[in-house]
Parts: sequence; structure tokens; C-alpha cells
Amino acid sequence: MNFDFSDDQRLLQDAVRTMLAENSTSQVVREVLEGRATHSAKVWQNLIDMGAAAAAIPEAYGGAGLGYLELCLVAEEAGRHLAAVPLSSCIYLAGEALQRAGSEAQKRRWLPGIAQGEVIATAAFTSTERYRTPSPLSFDGQRLTGTSPVLPDGAIAQLAVLQVGKDLVVVELNGPGVRRTALPTIDPTRPLAQIEFAGTPAETLEATDGAAVAARVLDAAAVLLAFEQVGGAARILELARNYSLERKAFGRQIGSFQALKHKMADIYTRIELARAHAYYGAWALSSDAPELPRAAAAARVAATRAFLIAAEEGIELHGGIGFTWEMDCHLYYRRARHLAQLIGSEHAWRARLADELIKEAA
Amino acid sequence: MDFNDSPEEAAFREEVRGWLAANGRRRTRPDEAFGEGLDEAAKLALAKAWQAKKASAGYAAIAWPREAGGMGGTAMQQVIYQQEEAAYLVPQMIFEVSIGMGLPTVMRWAAPELKARFLRPGLAGEEIWCQLFSEPDAGSDTGAVRTRAVRDGDEWVINGQKVWTSSAHFGDFGILLARTDWDKPKQDGLTMFIVDLKAPGVEIRPIHQMSGDSEFNEVFFTDVRIPDQYRLGPEGGGWKVMLSTLMQERLSVGGNLPTDLHRHLVDLARTCVWDERPAIEDARVRARIADAYLDQQGVSLIISRGLTALSKGKTPGPEMSITKLVAAKAMQEISSFAMELAGPEGLLASEALGGNWRYLQRQWLGSPGARIAGGTDEVLRNVIAERVLGLPGEVRTDRNVPFRELDRT
Repeated sequence: MNFDFSDDQRLLQDAVRTMLAENSTSQVVREVLEGRATHSAKVWQNLIDMGAAAAAIPEAYGGAGLGYLELCLVAEEAGRHLAAVPLSSCIYLAGEALQRAGSEAQKRRWLPGIAQGEVIATAAFTSTERYRTPSPLSFDGQRLTGTSPVLPDGAIAQLAVLQVGKDLVVVELNGPGVRRTALPTIDPTRPLAQIEFAGTPAETLEATDGAAVAARVLDAAAVLLAFEQVGGAARILELARNYSLERKAFGRQIGSFQALKHKMADIYTRIELARAHAYYGAWALSSDAPELPRAAAAARVAATRAFLIAAEEGIELHGGIGFTWEMDCHLYYRRARHLAQLIGSEHAWRARLADELIKEAA
Repeated sequence: MDFNDSPEEAAFREEVRGWLAANGRRRTRPDEAFGEGLDEAAKLALAKAWQAKKASAGYAAIAWPREAGGMGGTAMQQVIYQQEEAAYLVPQMIFEVSIGMGLPTVMRWAAPELKARFLRPGLAGEEIWCQLFSEPDAGSDTGAVRTRAVRDGDEWVINGQKVWTSSAHFGDFGILLARTDWDKPKQDGLTMFIVDLKAPGVEIRPIHQMSGDSEFNEVFFTDVRIPDQYRLGPEGGGWKVMLSTLMQERLSVGGNLPTDLHRHLVDLARTCVWDERPAIEDARVRARIADAYLDQQGVSLIISRGLTALSKGKTPGPEMSITKLVAAKAMQEISSFAMELAGPEGLLASEALGGNWRYLQRQWLGSPGARIAGGTDEVLRNVIAERVLGLPGEVRTDRNVPFRELDRT
């Protein structure tokens, strides 16, 4: 039984944690929150330089060639420090899609730029959940037309992988026929944009079953985002716990009241359950196990719930000061909600988990 | 990261499998119980015979040192043995307290001649041990023990009552926490003893549980005499001795609550009907199945993390308290939902329903006890809050107060 990360993997995690603690400070994250920067460029560059962002991209394509376990721990730290970087859009989604669906030539063309930080890429797959129906994307084999309504990091990306029907299409965003509109978001540290294409030159990725690749990429992203969520949840619980030891009321540290102790114990329990599911997802992802769809959905639901609860109760535990702009609590509250819906809602993933369980029991 | 045995673990597992195949009897159906159809005495005799066989092969106390009669193995080997033994018809919970609490306390605190007297027969199942800590007025608050031990020459005279004592009705000896000094603060006036449960003045009454079972007993002591050589640790050192006993529990990773109840929900939802369709097609039912899995598999994965720590020679920490907290509550929620799936027929007792309802209703009736025994949900939340998260302990009004004064209020 060895259901844990190795010492070497933990060393990488420690290095990333140290770097992020120094560079992804509250002040730096707020630069993006308050609109003074599109993303934390220095943090992103450091993650690239350390080989952390491209941990799971093979060396042949310019990556560090480590693996998914390493990337999971990078994700945990990114979540913990609220890193305002395009890690999920560029690495978990676009990089994964290119690796899984691209031809050898396509991989050689696009992946090294991503791995080395020269290109920020993003991706969006067909979602079954929507508020408005946009003009759908269409692709005639050469040109892309229509609207991608909520593309993560769409305003800063140079490249996008988009699902159009059964195809995955790769399109450069700096050329003609692309109109970007940065959209105001509930978590400005993770920006979204609408992109309209008007006959934009594009090409399909090699894989014939784009929907299957998209599902597989989303499974990987679910596991990786679960690590971000666990990292964020653990951090806001720490902040609330620390505050409860400083703050006094009725002549006592508020953290000595059982109502608060039990609330924090319950949050901790939720986080550790989510962490266990995330580890299982990491195992399934890294060993390419047939359990991946079940493990990924479970990690997604458990970690989404854990971060939402930790962020909501994190504010509650702080009392009045917790809902001020100056306190960081709302950064976690915003990020928890952002991550909860980025690749499909908790409800959709819970339904997917049930599908897998029932299928397995058949 | 993997779920595989190390080469040494795999070799040990093979050895255990070979021994069990040669000596044990495999379960033929999942809910088959040891000694079905036998009366209590015959069942106990069969259990003792199995324990003797196990002891002679060294498997009765795998992690004990050799000089104490153990195998000198690791806690992980102990777990591997238990995993393999689970497929066999073996006695449950009869020798757990002997091997896990009573005898380790004797091993740690008793004089050499007492170890020589008790360890071998205990290991071999010839004598069964109980743990006598809880009292009617000392449940979660174990330090409030009121059973009185008064010195009389070379002996101690015991008066009082214990409760929740497993196996006492067929037990031979117990480790007994008693108050020897009423003028010291509560935890400082306690002393631990070995008590002979067959001695004059010991009366044992089974407790009839809400499930219909009787797994526990009340034990009454009236002028029971214990020789001073049966004292474990110093006079007034009982609290420390008890903590050393409970530390042993940390190595029993995971406990014995089920972690696959969600599978029963899937099976049931296929046959039960909701809104004129199989319940399994209902989105609400599917969501409940998913949530049941999240708790059950989550516990099982946390246990795997604890086992990983054991496998690396570390002791799992207090964070393992999560497993019982989640598993016991999940046991209640999942079994309740199973009954709900069946509609009005879910109100019938298992005898009227057949199938695996006996098992599911046992979970339902057993879950309230599971949420209390071995630490209530509330005590476990305090353990997590204080020992894992480092939050302050409860405000106490009983510290540094002579127990005599507390007892009066």
C-alpha cells in the first residue's frame, strides 16, 4: 500500500509552495482582482521556469516530462495561493486536448510554445448547461464562424482548442476575423472572455472522436481542479482557524467555542474526504486506469463541495471583518464559485458519478 | 502511488493465505456468521479453539515482540492478516479486547511473573479479557470514574459499577480503572488493576440493546478483593496507564464499519419503483447513490492513507478520527435511504422482506450505537478540533479541584 506522493514529488510541491508564498501574495492577486493586471505574469513565468506548469508535458514537446502526480501537487499549491495564472485553461484544458487529440506534427507545432510559456492557450468544450444560447460555432474544414461565449483567459490567450460538433478545432486568436470581449466576472482573478469568429482560419485536431477526447480531457481537468480546490479549501480553513485564535469575545478566544470548533472540524473532515478522492483521481489519471471517469467525477464533486463550504463558512467564522473587501476571505469565496462551475456544475458531475457507479454495478 | 503490496508485504500475504486455506473455513455467503446455529457455549468453545490454532501459528499477536509470545512483525502485517481473515468464518470481537487492550497493558505495566502468568493463556484464547473503564457517570468523561478501590493490607477492596463492558459475560479478567484517592483532582486519583471477573462480589448483567443484541454488560463490584500485585503502574497513575491502553487503538486503522453500503442502494434502486419507473432512473435517487459512494469510498481511501503510514512504519495520527465520524453517520443515512426506497413496504421488518434486508436493517439499528461507541460524534469533533487543528480545549471547571468536591455537586 503506497497511497501517497513520493518524497521527490513533495520536494517539487515545497518548491512551488515557497515560490508562490513569495510571489502570489494577496497584494499580487489583488492586482488582477482590481483590474490592474490581466494575470500574474511573474508567477506564471516562474511556474514555467520551474518546469511546474508543464510537469505533465513530455520532454519531446518541451515539457518537464515528470507526470500527472507532480502536476496535481502544483495544482494544489496554485489553488492554495489563489494563483492568478492561466494554469487550468492553458495546461489542464488546451495542453491536454492537444496532447490527446493532436497529430505528431500538431503536437510539435503547438506544445513546446505552451510548455515554455511563449503561448497562452485555452479551450472550451460543448457544455450541456447554459443560460443563453449563443450563435453556435461552425467549421467548414478551413474557417471557423460563431461565438465562444465564456472562454477562460480568452482575452490573453493566443491559441484556442474548441469543440465544434464532433471535431476539436485549433484556432489562433491573434489573426484577423477574431473579436474578443473581456467579460466582467464574479472572480476577476480568473478572467473570461467572449470570442466571436468570422471566418477565422483554423484546423481540426487529428483525433476523429472529439467528444470522447473532450470527455477525457475534462476528467483530467476535474482531477487537477480538485487539487486546486483542496488547496484553496485547506488555506481558507487555516486562515479562519488562525483568526479564531486571535479574536476574543465574551472573554475567550472565539476558537474555544464548541460551535466554532465543531464547524471547523466538519470543514476539515469534508476537506480530507475530498483530498482522499483527489488522490484517488491522481492515481487513476497517472496510471491511466479504467476507474478514471468514476474517480474524476468523485474528486470533482467532493472537492467542489469542500471548497464551497470552506469558503462560505470561512467568512462566517471571521464574523463582520470577514465580509470586508480588505480581508482575503472573499477571494476564496469567489474562487470557490469560479472553480465550481468552470468545467460543469457539481450537479452535472454528481449525475456523471452516478452514471459510472450504476454502469459498473451492471 | 499505488495500491499494491511491497514485495515483503506480498510474501507475507501469500504465507497468510496458505495458512488460512489449510486451517480455516471460507464464508459461503457474504452475511454468513461464525458459529451460526450453535448455542453460546458451543460457539465460545469453537472460538477458543480457533484462537489457540492462530496463536500456535503466531498469528494471534503479529505485531507483539517475540519475547511476549508474538510474531515480532509489523502493524501492516497485522492488517494484512485481518484483510485475509475477513473472507473466513472466524470469531468476531471476542478476543479483540484481550489482544488489543488488556494484554498489551499487562505487557507494559505488570511485573515479570504476572506477564508469565497471563500473556500466554490470553493469547491462546484460554482466558478472555475485558476493559472496565466506563461507568454510568463516566462515559465520555472517563476521568470521572467513581468505582472505589480502598487499600487493606496487601489487598485492595473494590466497590462500584462499570458499564459498556464487551465480552464480560464470558470474560475471565479485566483491566479496571478505579479511584484510589478522592482528595486529588479527578485524573490524578485513579489507579489501574487487573481484576478476576470470576472473583466473589463480581456480578455481570447483560445490556439489552435497541437492536435486540446484547454485546455489552454492566459489571457490579461488591467488596471484591484484588491483591496489590495486580496493580498496573503506580498508585495514582491510572490515567497514564489508560492512555497507554488507548494508544494501542491508533494502530487498529479503520475499525469495522462497512464501506460499501452504496452498492446495496444500487441493487435496491433497480427493483424499487418510484413514479411508475425503476427508482434508479430518478435523478434524486441517483444523486443519493453518488453521495453515498462519496462517503463510503472516501472513508475507505482515508483508511488506505492510514495503511500507507503503517506500511512506512509510521503511526497514523488523530486525523484518522474522521473515519468513524463519517462511516457511522453514513451507515445511518444510507440504511435509512434504503428503507425509504421501498416505500410503505420499507416499514416491514426484515423477516417479512427477505433479501438483504436483514443486513440493511442491522445497519440502521446499529448506527446509533456506532455513532456513540468508541467516542461520540461530538467527542470526535473535539478531538479533530483540538488535536488536529490545534484549537483550545474546552473550558473546564473540574481542573485542580479535589474529586471529592466535584462528586458532591
